Amino acid sequence: MLAIGLTAPFYVYPVFAMDVLCMALFASAFNLLLGYAGLLSFGHAAFLGAAAYVTGQAVKVWGLPIELGILAGTSVAALLGLIFGALAIRRSGIYFAMITLGFAQMVYFLVLQMPWTGGEDGLQGIPRSKLLGILGLSGNLPMYYFVYALFLAGFWVIYRTIHSPFGQVLRAIRENEPRALSLGYDVDRYKLLAFVISAGLSGMAGSMKALVYQSATLSDVHWHRSGAVILMTLLGGMGTPLGPSVGALIVVGLENYLASTGSWVTVITGGVFMACVLAFRRGIVGEILALVKRSF
Amino acid sequence: MIQALSGQLLIGLINGSFYALLSLGLAIIFGLLSVVNFAHGAQYMLGAFVAWMGLQYLGVGYWWALLLTPAVVGLLGVVFERLFLRRLYGLDPLYGLLLTFGVTLVLEGLFQNAFGISGNSYPVPAALQGGTNLGFMYLPRYRAWVVAVSMVVCFGSWFVIEKTRLGAYLRAGTENPALLQAFGVNVPLMFTLTYGYGVALAAFAGVMAAPIYQVTPLMGSGVIMVVFAIVVIGGMGSIVGSIVTGLGLGLVEGLTKFLYAPASDVVVFVVMALVLLLRPAGLFGRQR
Repeated sequence: MLAIGLTAPFYVYPVFAMDVLCMALFASAFNLLLGYAGLLSFGHAAFLGAAAYVTGQAVKVWGLPIELGILAGTSVAALLGLIFGALAIRRSGIYFAMITLGFAQMVYFLVLQMPWTGGEDGLQGIPRSKLLGILGLSGNLPMYYFVYALFLAGFWVIYRTIHSPFGQVLRAIRENEPRALSLGYDVDRYKLLAFVISAGLSGMAGSMKALVYQSATLSDVHWHRSGAVILMTLLGGMGTPLGPSVGALIVVGLENYLASTGSWVTVITGGVFMACVLAFRRGIVGEILALVKRSF
Repeated sequence: MIQALSGQLLIGLINGSFYALLSLGLAIIFGLLSVVNFAHGAQYMLGAFVAWMGLQYLGVGYWWALLLTPAVVGLLGVVFERLFLRRLYGLDPLYGLLLTFGVTLVLEGLFQNAFGISGNSYPVPAALQGGTNLGFMYLPRYRAWVVAVSMVVCFGSWFVIEKTRLGAYLRAGTENPALLQAFGVNVPLMFTLTYGYGVALAAFAGVMAAPIYQVTPLMGSGVIMVVFAIVVIGGMGSIVGSIVTGLGLGLVEGLTKFLYAPASDVVVFVVMALVLLLRPAGLFGRQR
C-alpha cells in the first residue's frame, strides 16, 4: 500500500488520487465508529463539510497558513462531533442513525443560509499557500505528497486507536453493551470519545479536500455524501482496517467514470448499495479475509 | 398581522398533516418489521409521480388517482418486501435502513433521469377549487380537504390497530412474532401486508401533496429527514404519539416561519436536540 501510494501520481491523474486519499481517510474515520464501535452515523458529511468550509474561510479570508487552516477545520469538526455525539449517544441503534442524519441536515441548512458560506456557490478560489512558509503546494505533485502524508498520519491514528486497549473496549461495547457496562466500563464516554476522534479525522479529510479542489461546496455537506461514506465502508468491508480505503477507491472511481452520465451515478450507487446489503455484507476485504481464514 | 400568523399556521397544519401521515406509516412498519423504511420519502414521491403520470398520459383524474395510486405503489412495496427486504429479517435493523436507503437512491436517480429536477404542477381537482373567507383568513378548499382527510386516515388507522381483531394481531406481532406464529397466524404474510399498507399510506400522502407542492423527484428526501426527526421526538412507541407529534411539529414550523423565517428549516432539528437533552426516550416513547 505504501508503494502504491508513493507512485500513484505517476500513473493516475493526481487530483483523482488525492480525492481517493481524502475519501479513504474519511471512510476510515467513519469505519472507526461503524466497524469498531457499532454506531451507524448517517450524518458524517456534516463533519467533512463543516471542516471544508472552515478551512476555506480561514485560508482564503483570514489568510491563515494552510497548516493552521487544516487545524482549524479539524478542531471545528471535532467540537461539532462532541456536541452531536453527546446528544446522539443518548439513543442507540436505529435512532442514533436518524439523530445524526437530523443534525447533519441542520448543518446543511445552516451552511446554505449563513452569509459567509456563499450559499449555492460555496467557497471558491481557496489558495494553496506555502507549507510552513517555504514549500510551494500550487503544483499537483507536491500537493499530492502533502495529502498523502496527512492521510498516512490520520490512518496511523485510526490504526493505533483500533489496536489499543481503548479499541478493544469499543469492540466489547459493539458485541455486548450491557456486559461492557456491567464490567464497569463507562460505555457512554467510550462511545463519545470514538465519535469525537471519528468526527475530527473526517474533518481533517474535509480540510484536505477543500485545499485539493480549492473550493468547499454544498455537496460536501449533503446527505448523499453521508450515504457515500457508508457505501465505501460497507463495500470495502466494515471492521477491517483497509476495507474503507478499498471502498473509497472503488466508489470515487465509479463516480468519476460515470460522471458524464448524470443521474445514473445515483441509480448505480443505489444498486451497489442494495447488492452489498443483500449479498455480501462483509465487503470486499472482509470476504477476502474470510476466504483466507477458511483455506488455511 | 393576525392574517399572516393564521396563514403560516395553516401551512404548518398542512405540512403537519403530511408529517403525521408519513410518520404513522413509518411507525407501523417499524413496529412490526423493525425496519426503518428510508424509502418512505421516495415512495411518497412515487405516489405523487404516479398520479401525475396517470393524469398526463392516461387521463386518470384526481379521484381515481387517490384510489389507484396507493394500490399500485403499495403493490410495488409488497413485491419489494417479498424479493429483498424479507432476506434481512433477523439481522441488525441497520441493514434494513441501508437497503431502503439504496432503494431511495435508485428511485430518485431514475426519476431524475426521466423528468429532470424541475417541478411539475398538478391541478387542483375542480370540486375543491376556490375557498372560503373566514373573516380573519382565507381558507382554500383543497387545503381544508387535505387536513380533514389526513385526520380521517390517521384516526382510522389508529382505530383499526387499537380496537379491532386485525389490529390485535398486529400488536401481538409487534410484541412477539414467533409466539403469534405458533398460534397459527400467518406472520410472514402479515409482514408483507403491513409493509404494503405503510407504503400505500406514503403514496396516498404523495397524491394528496401533488396539487399543493411541485411534483419533483427530490420532493421526498427533504420531507423524510424532517419526519425522521419527528419520529425521534415522538418516539416510535405509539401510533397516537406519532400523529400528534407530526401535527404539532408542523405547527411549530409554521409559527417559526412567522416569527423568524430563516430558522424554519432547522427548528425541527433544534426541537429534536432539546428533546434528546430533556427526555431522551422521546415524548411518547419507551427506551428500547
